[in-house]
Amino acid sequence: MDINQYMDIFIEEAKEHLLSMNESLLELEKTPRDTGLLNQIFRVSHTLKGMAGTMGFSKISNLTHEMENVLHEVRNNKIEISHEIIDILFKCFDALEEYITNITATGEEGDLNSEHLVNTLNNILNNDDSKIAVTQAEPMTKIYEDDSLKGYNFDDYVLNVLKKAKEKDLNAFEVDITISSDCMLKAARAFIIFNKLESYSQIIQSKPSVEDIEDERFNDNFVLVLVTNESQDSIKNDIMSISEIDNVTIKSINLGTIDDKVETIEDEDIDEDIEEKVLDIKSQDKKRVSSKFGKTVRVDIDRLDNLMNLVSELIIIKNRMEDIGESSEKQNMNEAIEYLERITTSLHDAVMKVRMVPIERVFNRFPRMVRDLSKELGKTINLQMSGEETEVDRTVIDEIGDPLIHLIRNSIDHGIENPEKRRKLGKTETGTVKLMAYPDGQNVVIEVEDDGGGINIEKVKQKAIKNGLITKSQAKDLSNEESVGLLFRAGFSTADKVSDISGRGVGLDVVKTKIEAIGGTVEVETFEGKGSKFIIRLPLTLAIIQALLIKIKDETYAVPLSSVREISPIYSKEIRNVQGQEVVLYRNKTLPIIRLGNKLGIELEKDNDELITVIVNKGDKEAGLIVDNLIGQQEIVIKSLGKYLSGIRYVAGATILGNGTISLILDVNSLL
Amino acid sequence: MNITESSTDNKFVIFKLANQYYGIDIYNVQVIEKVTNYTRVPNAEHYVKGVINLRGEVVPVIDLGERFGIISSENNNESRIIIIKVKDILIGLVVDSSSEVLTLDEEDIDDTPSLGEQATEEFIKGIGKKDGRLIMLLDLEKVIGVNETIEEI
Repeated sequence: MDINQYMDIFIEEAKEHLLSMNESLLELEKTPRDTGLLNQIFRVSHTLKGMAGTMGFSKISNLTHEMENVLHEVRNNKIEISHEIIDILFKCFDALEEYITNITATGEEGDLNSEHLVNTLNNILNNDDSKIAVTQAEPMTKIYEDDSLKGYNFDDYVLNVLKKAKEKDLNAFEVDITISSDCMLKAARAFIIFNKLESYSQIIQSKPSVEDIEDERFNDNFVLVLVTNESQDSIKNDIMSISEIDNVTIKSINLGTIDDKVETIEDEDIDEDIEEKVLDIKSQDKKRVSSKFGKTVRVDIDRLDNLMNLVSELIIIKNRMEDIGESSEKQNMNEAIEYLERITTSLHDAVMKVRMVPIERVFNRFPRMVRDLSKELGKTINLQMSGEETEVDRTVIDEIGDPLIHLIRNSIDHGIENPEKRRKLGKTETGTVKLMAYPDGQNVVIEVEDDGGGINIEKVKQKAIKNGLITKSQAKDLSNEESVGLLFRAGFSTADKVSDISGRGVGLDVVKTKIEAIGGTVEVETFEGKGSKFIIRLPLTLAIIQALLIKIKDETYAVPLSSVREISPIYSKEIRNVQGQEVVLYRNKTLPIIRLGNKLGIELEKDNDELITVIVNKGDKEAGLIVDNLIGQQEIVIKSLGKYLSGIRYVAGATILGNGTISLILDVNSLL
Repeated sequence: MNITESSTDNKFVIFKLANQYYGIDIYNVQVIEKVTNYTRVPNAEHYVKGVINLRGEVVPVIDLGERFGIISSENNNESRIIIIKVKDILIGLVVDSSSEVLTLDEEDIDDTPSLGEQATEEFIKGIGKKDGRLIMLLDLEKVIGVNETIEEI
């Protein structure tokens, strides 16, 4: 038993809960009176509180606890829901998100202090006349020394709960459990006990800590403090019914003297906890905010990678068999290969599907972002999203978020005009940003479209001239498309930006680099006065690709088939030299010629008359790669060259061929 | 497995390069392979011989002699590739021969004296003495240059 096992689950679940909280909050802002949404947010806070408490994350549990209090009052119509309250809830959500992010990164909550939020929440409760609330401004770690509580080191939280437990006539027990010393999986056993106890009580303290218990860092014995309305005996019987328990000692905690030590707090937490379970069950047949998350299987990415490696192995064997098949023309052999090929293809598909994640995971943070941005900029924006269910590889998901944020920010900040201007132009005051995803063959396309002013070509040219990317005379000759392309050039963006929201063009080169790094492309369409559209094309998968194997002298290289346009012979006498660049007239277009041998440091023999040319493209750019020989098309498994050789020019990775030798994969993007 | 520099056992894999003995902490050594075919990596550092297929993994191989700026090792039957792992980087070192594992006690190891013109000095973290032989103990992090940026040519 490993604590990380629980940690992963905690993080995953917390993220899901936060997502649903986010959605509900956004909805709530539109329809503040929807009690279903309130209930949903309340439930999520409550669950988060419980989870965080179990994992020992006190900041999260404190914050969610206060959120719960406020929501409870709102739900009971004791407090009027207002925009202020929703704003604060959003802030709480941000803080929670930050905590979870920190936990993901470091395993700890981090330094972010949410006390002011806790106070604000408390103040909301305070303003309500019928309640006397107490702010928890004092430090939370006082240790009480009271006669009846001698021997216990309870912090304020535990004391508060005990106090409330007393008010509700609940019992508080100290349960000392000893697990049989020959028990093999003590942590698992402890987990069962926790589960059992939590079904009818609230565990408020555990020694050693829950993490330590889950990590098996305890000696057969642990002590829990819990409140419940069950009796001492029934708890004892219950625990003893679990096997491999040596001894259970239950002591009742005298709540009598806590009274004056703790200030009165109006909270009804304990009650809530127990009621909540009933409520949850009841509400199932009521109208319920349907959860967006289907049943998911969480698979360790390492295991998937392993599965993937197995598939790679299969493909390598398949390639090897093809080699044999060609030499000895046996019918059976061919059939076997065909069969094997069918297996590898379907296995590949199956594995890819496991790795696929709906792009919703990236999209669902955008509504909130757009809300905040539009408030900040005083624009009203309607974000329309479609195709959230489109699935892409997990690795793509992780990489695509930032570029999309960038593009959406661009569209809102500089694409969409402000309301007055829109009115003058006869447009609706509310600007529209469309975010669309859809599969297209072996690609996934994501479009970010706005109905703003479009890209001002003249402005772009001016700026490019100012930043020294082009000269004035060059600017005149540029086509509209080429001008727009300037946006993606490094050095186009200016460093003297004050706002953190990017201007049109700022950092677009970064967006482009990032997308190209995962094998994608980005294009722009713009219509002056009508808006602009950024189109991102991404490969469905990154691990296995179709490639064209070529030979230069005795070295074999792989060129990704996705960038190969065609293969054609070119006569060396047709090659012209223009400004140090070899070009050839091909289909009435000048085609730059790249001699791969030169780029790869291979000494070439004299030109033949006829040169084999692989015409590759990157976006609209084309070039002809001169190679010595073509081997053919093959499905290859991409392997990284590793950290040591990262950043090697013109090489994107390596693959293992059927005969066991390694062939390097050319990075067409960097060649052009 | 522990792959840190400091080992309590002080066991070293000994190999020969240009008639000189060198030692690598055994905790860094994954496996020793016979020399196979490399795939050349264009535009890499001159001492990078290429990459090899180590049971399905692509592993870069460097020529230790070239790295030290002494002689380029002539491949013969004795030549070996020692696959080491340093800071999670798997890498192969081509050496002239490798045959034994030695235990060097603390008192057998001296600090690196200034050897004057020896170019290998910066890669040595200590000198071991055993049976009248001097064994240069390699600082692998320096050898593979984890902290150096790999320049582009």
